[in-house]
Amino acid sequence: MALTHEKIETSNTLMIVLLTIVVSIGGLLEIVPLFFQKSTTTPINELVKPYDPLRLAGRDIYIREGCYNCHSQMVRPFRAETERYGHYSVAGEYVYDHPFQWGSKRTGPDLARVGGRYSDQWHRIHLLNPRDVVPESNMPAYYWLDRPLKDPYISAKMSALRKVGVPYTDQEIAEAPKALEGKTELEAVIAYLQGLGLALKQTR
Amino acid sequence: MDLNFTSDLVGFWNLFVVVIVAVSVIGCAVFLWMQSSAKFKPGEVTGHVWDETLEEYSNPLPNWWRWMFYLTVIFAIVYLVLYPGLGNNRGLFGWTMRGQYDEEMKAAEAKYGPKFNKYLQMDVMAVAADPEAREMGQRLFVTYCAQCHGSDAGGGPGFPNLKDNDWLWGGTPDKIKETFTNGRMGVMTPKGTKPDMDAEQIKDVVAYVRSLSGLSHDAVRAQRGAELYPQACAACHGPDAKGNPEAGYPNLTDKIWLYGSREDTMIETVTKGRTNQMPAFGEFLGPAKVHLLTAYVWGLGGGVKPAPAAPAQAEPAPAAEAAPAAAPAGEAAPAEKK
Repeated sequence: MALTHEKIETSNTLMIVLLTIVVSIGGLLEIVPLFFQKSTTTPINELVKPYDPLRLAGRDIYIREGCYNCHSQMVRPFRAETERYGHYSVAGEYVYDHPFQWGSKRTGPDLARVGGRYSDQWHRIHLLNPRDVVPESNMPAYYWLDRPLKDPYISAKMSALRKVGVPYTDQEIAEAPKALEGKTELEAVIAYLQGLGLALKQTR
Repeated sequence: MDLNFTSDLVGFWNLFVVVIVAVSVIGCAVFLWMQSSAKFKPGEVTGHVWDETLEEYSNPLPNWWRWMFYLTVIFAIVYLVLYPGLGNNRGLFGWTMRGQYDEEMKAAEAKYGPKFNKYLQMDVMAVAADPEAREMGQRLFVTYCAQCHGSDAGGGPGFPNLKDNDWLWGGTPDKIKETFTNGRMGVMTPKGTKPDMDAEQIKDVVAYVRSLSGLSHDAVRAQRGAELYPQACAACHGPDAKGNPEAGYPNLTDKIWLYGSREDTMIETVTKGRTNQMPAFGEFLGPAKVHLLTAYVWGLGGGVKPAPAAPAQAEPAPAAEAAPAAAPAGEAAPAEKK
């Protein structure tokens, strides 16, 4: 047979072509078909909505502060998780997350269904100093969040998200900066957290 | 609501997956076969030379190694027959992630369900007296409630203490259960029902309110505040300032202060108002857990016995030791705060 290792190892081009094929098989199989699968590309129900400007700004603060380093956003289908957090997460809940915040490590609890679980006031106290409500907590205090929210790129971000499929209207994009006026970073983060996981909140 | 969380690969993509998986598995087998059928002459070298004399034999893979690769191919084929993997093929076992989860839940329901149901049939006060139920309730409490009310249920500023006999929304079993199930929203409007109060008048009203429970206060201010109180506060807190647990209006005459008894805190409360929410847990936890939690919280020490109006009520269970501070019948109705 022509394809001896001698032939492959002495031809860079052939080696590159063959390596590329081998390396891409996994992705081709496991990732590419998902782009065209209904359960991953369409919202699970009408409660899954694009982030409004305040939540989107809050989400960016969540990313900026590295919340994903300690908090996952993915309830796995095990009883131990669904008893504590609620219904397990499904692909159709994340269609407007670019990128999703699944995370890979839980120092703190999962946040996929934290929306509505605590009062706004609780979040306010807890973000500024977690020990004020949970004495056992080892979460850092984010005391600087209580400052004016400045997000001059909010409209540009929404336009960019629209390019990858989030259905923002021109009007929503144009009015986005107004929605952030007078808000604090703290309020934005809380708005974001209170909206998490509501789509399947009432589903057992 | 029956939601379909997964969907089949449609048309082309099914074929796409099947073909790539099949070609990969068969390709591995063919490649191995090529390796073993290639002609190797003993002693032949690859032709590479390092360090002047170091050469490399051109030998086939050791047999044990080659056969391990064949085993992986066989494993892959067996796996793809039994489990999903080849496109939409479900596999002979019919395994799904969701199915496995449902099994787990069913097993747990069979194991724990009867226990929960047993207590669900019992009166809250009887459940509160059951040591095992209290232990279950305590576990549930630290999982779902401790984040706000503290692991000892002692509360904190803005988060009610559940151990005392003071209830914002009523401390009878039914009221506590209602609080768990539907949540509560307590709203104090800024400056009560007299929105044109200035800072001085607010201080006066606060002084009067402080005088009601014997907190330090300026007597002159309190006197002026007493005149403002009926217009500014009485609509909710009542002319006698004893509040109304039906609507979550706190009693101002007891010595219990949700946000603390500092004067500046109270001035802030009157000036800016307060919004405080207990989230609803009914849908999330379901009736059995809510029942156990109700009993646990009721039994923490401050539970109020329901008015003896309903004769069909279970006998006043031996909850006395669990709730030593339960208010005597006469006082049960008015002075409640949570």
